Amino acid sequence: MRQLSQKFTFLFPAVFWLMFFFVIPLTIIFVYSFFERGIYGGIEYVFSFNNYYRVIDPLYLKAVLRTVYIASLNTLICLIIGYPLAYFISNQSQRKKNILLFLVTLPFWTNFLVRIYAWMIILRTEGFLNNVLLWMNLINKPFEILFTDKAVLIGMVYGYLPFMILPLYASIEKLDRNYLDAARDLGATPIKTFWRVIIPLTKPGIIAGSILVFVPSLGAFIIPDLLGGAKSMMIGNLIKDQFLSARDWPFGSALSFIVMAVVLILLMIYLRFGQTVSEKLYSNK
Amino acid sequence: MNFGIKSNISKLIAKKTIYLGISFLLLLFIAITGCSKKEERKLSRELNVYNWSYYIGETTIKDFEKEFDLKVNYDNYSSNEELFAKLQTGIAGYDVIFPSDYMVKIMIDQKLLADINIENIPNYRNIDRKFINLPFDPGNKYSIPYQWGTTGIGINISEISENVTNWDILWNEKYKGRITMLNDMRFGLVPALKKLGYSVNTINSTQLEEAKQLMTKQKVLVKAYSSDTYIDMLKSGDAWISYGYSGDIYQVANNNQDVIYVIPQEGTNVWIDNVCIPINAPHKYTAEVFINYILEPKVSAGISNFTSYSSPNREARKYIKPEILNDPGIYPSEEVLEKCEFLQDVGEATKLYDRIWAEIKSK
Amino acid sequence: MSVRVWKIYFNIHAGLIYSFLYFPIIILMVFSFNQERINAVWTGFTFNWYETLFKDAELLNAVGNSLLVGFFSTILSTIIGTLTALGMVRFRFPGKKILDAVLHLPIIVPDIVMAIAMLSFYVFINLILGLFSIIIAHVSFNIAFVAVVVRTRLAGFDMDLEKAAMDLGATPFKTLRYITLPLIMPGVIAGALLAFTISWDDFMIAFFTSGVGSTTLPLKVYSMIKFGVTPEINAISTITLLFTMTLFFIAMRLLRTK
Repeated sequence: MRQLSQKFTFLFPAVFWLMFFFVIPLTIIFVYSFFERGIYGGIEYVFSFNNYYRVIDPLYLKAVLRTVYIASLNTLICLIIGYPLAYFISNQSQRKKNILLFLVTLPFWTNFLVRIYAWMIILRTEGFLNNVLLWMNLINKPFEILFTDKAVLIGMVYGYLPFMILPLYASIEKLDRNYLDAARDLGATPIKTFWRVIIPLTKPGIIAGSILVFVPSLGAFIIPDLLGGAKSMMIGNLIKDQFLSARDWPFGSALSFIVMAVVLILLMIYLRFGQTVSEKLYSNK
Repeated sequence: MNFGIKSNISKLIAKKTIYLGISFLLLLFIAITGCSKKEERKLSRELNVYNWSYYIGETTIKDFEKEFDLKVNYDNYSSNEELFAKLQTGIAGYDVIFPSDYMVKIMIDQKLLADINIENIPNYRNIDRKFINLPFDPGNKYSIPYQWGTTGIGINISEISENVTNWDILWNEKYKGRITMLNDMRFGLVPALKKLGYSVNTINSTQLEEAKQLMTKQKVLVKAYSSDTYIDMLKSGDAWISYGYSGDIYQVANNNQDVIYVIPQEGTNVWIDNVCIPINAPHKYTAEVFINYILEPKVSAGISNFTSYSSPNREARKYIKPEILNDPGIYPSEEVLEKCEFLQDVGEATKLYDRIWAEIKSK
Repeated sequence: MSVRVWKIYFNIHAGLIYSFLYFPIIILMVFSFNQERINAVWTGFTFNWYETLFKDAELLNAVGNSLLVGFFSTILSTIIGTLTALGMVRFRFPGKKILDAVLHLPIIVPDIVMAIAMLSFYVFINLILGLFSIIIAHVSFNIAFVAVVVRTRLAGFDMDLEKAAMDLGATPFKTLRYITLPLIMPGVIAGALLAFTISWDDFMIAFFTSGVGSTTLPLKVYSMIKFGVTPEINAISTITLLFTMTLFFIAMRLLRTK
């Protein structure tokens, strides 16, 4: 009996909250996706699969592919530059570790939009970077970085890097140094140790970090809008447009669910069907 | 025993009657107070205003608060669609909103706007007759004109040698990477449609295809699609040619001799923003008092002097800065206005526009 | 030998990354003292923008709203998230796999979808939009983040310690308070910090679910886009940063004396 009431106390709050303030809201818009757009943009309660048919369209699929490409690139870059940093931090003294970790997250305490504006100011044609480079005579003509894909990528890496570093760090920090010593004693070079021992043991962190970076990147539209000059159509823009300028909530809902379905499928493949999420994320197997 | 049951039943009947009686009295009470609320001409303690950003005089709100001794909650939105998305939910709680022409019609059709009691707004007579009774709200039952303007081209004449008179400059390859366009699927197509000689409200798919081709051709020359940050770019010199709103560009021009606003000779779109009251507004009477206040000549002029947009308030003209009054970009001649169109909602064709815009963006 | 080389490499790499992270921040801070409004040319030192910041009632109101929302959503989501993490690790029960999946869902739902879903739900239950509507939504996805962080911490946790304590006669509650909580505290704090940061930074949810007078800082900044973000924003960012740094160093000091 006590066990039961304990289970209840621990788990009920989350179940209640997520049921009412997460699952039900999502169900509502899932239902919307089967209705039609009213003439002026309300919702006509006519059941149809129309919205889902509309998504199967080269235009939208192109946007999806493009977004997946940029999101993957972003994740890869974050992983490549984030891993050495996480490793570096985990090798420092306890005190330094805390400070360094804090410094990684500190930029986040300014504001998302503000950070993007900062990059706009830096990267634009008459901006800080160009002014400095011109003044130092390193270049003759200003670089056109802002409003290109490069700027979007810079903005994304900048925005999501901490999400990669923190889980990586958590995983690397738990590494038993004995494994490394053992490998060294057995004659492995640092590189071999890295690939054969460290990477496999820190897989949970790599997976968690990749998910935390990849998924939000898919839905991003402010960065492409501001830093990319709204010149390309990504899924995030598409969905936002449906809920705002096109006033087509049913179609927007359908798009959203397709995106989420795609992510779920990708995740399931990645996590390899069978093992539960927690086994994959929280163990060192 | 029998007594017990009988008295229980009668007790029950008595209880029910009492409850019914009380409920009836309550309903009566609510009906009476409800009714009187509608006729109530009492100022509330606060007013919830929802407006575009930077779209009112610098001190208008503060002055209003002082004069009527109440608090104004002032929030901003940045597009008609944003306003609509919030308003159609019915749970936003605003008293005063400022939708554009086509949006007013949409809101009227969706029954989102309240009847304005014109008796509470005597300053209504200050509005120029030209702006009354427009097609989107015949009789002005739901809206009162606020500011109007056009969209056109902001040109940095120190960098542009050509004399700009039509839309072609937006397609001039010489200025690759220095051109900005509005990021909106309706406004954004205006230059192309007008250049081709079509209506900005066309639903003809062939015409729209042509416009799409033009826009796709232009894309390599475009620095950015932006409905707001372009102002900054024009200011800083990052952009030399910007398709944007009259008042916005005028504000840049005001501080920078090199920037001018041009209305191309093919014509452009003209728009008018209106003050409206949402149907569930909690403080309707106060909202009407507010509307009356901003129609006062000096207050109205204060607003127009700050936003640099055109005022529909005839009486306010006396107090508007002469340099604004004399600028043909802000107060164009009849001749020019003849060639300008109001944007209207295109109903079902909205999906078509959305698709065209998406296609342009994804090239 | 090559270990040395690697060490140097790691140091340089770290230096570069931190420079990258702080480059815009430094520019933001420096230009908060710039006389000129446009953030590209330095024209002179001034405290002007800090003055106007404190006189800007709307901006201060937005900051206040963000703090309120952040504070309440963090407290709620940290409590619920921690409890959930503990519950998931300790207990077995039917439907555990489903709850597990649902718990991780908020992380994969794009925030615009979440925002629209919450707005639609509020319409359904006729909840007037305001700060409350924002807080509720923030808690929804923060529970997931807190739970994930705490569970990561729990993963290395030795359940035997709890069993030992209980064998020695401690009630489950006492065990929780004196054994478990202190051990997972770093995870709980990390989770809380993450939740606050996410809430503070959130734009999308606030965009769709804010009501009268509940403009948060990101929304306010967004509305200032039109005429270029004024250096007041730089000023507020600088203050936030300095404030956070001070908090951190105080916390470090306190932890050390323990």
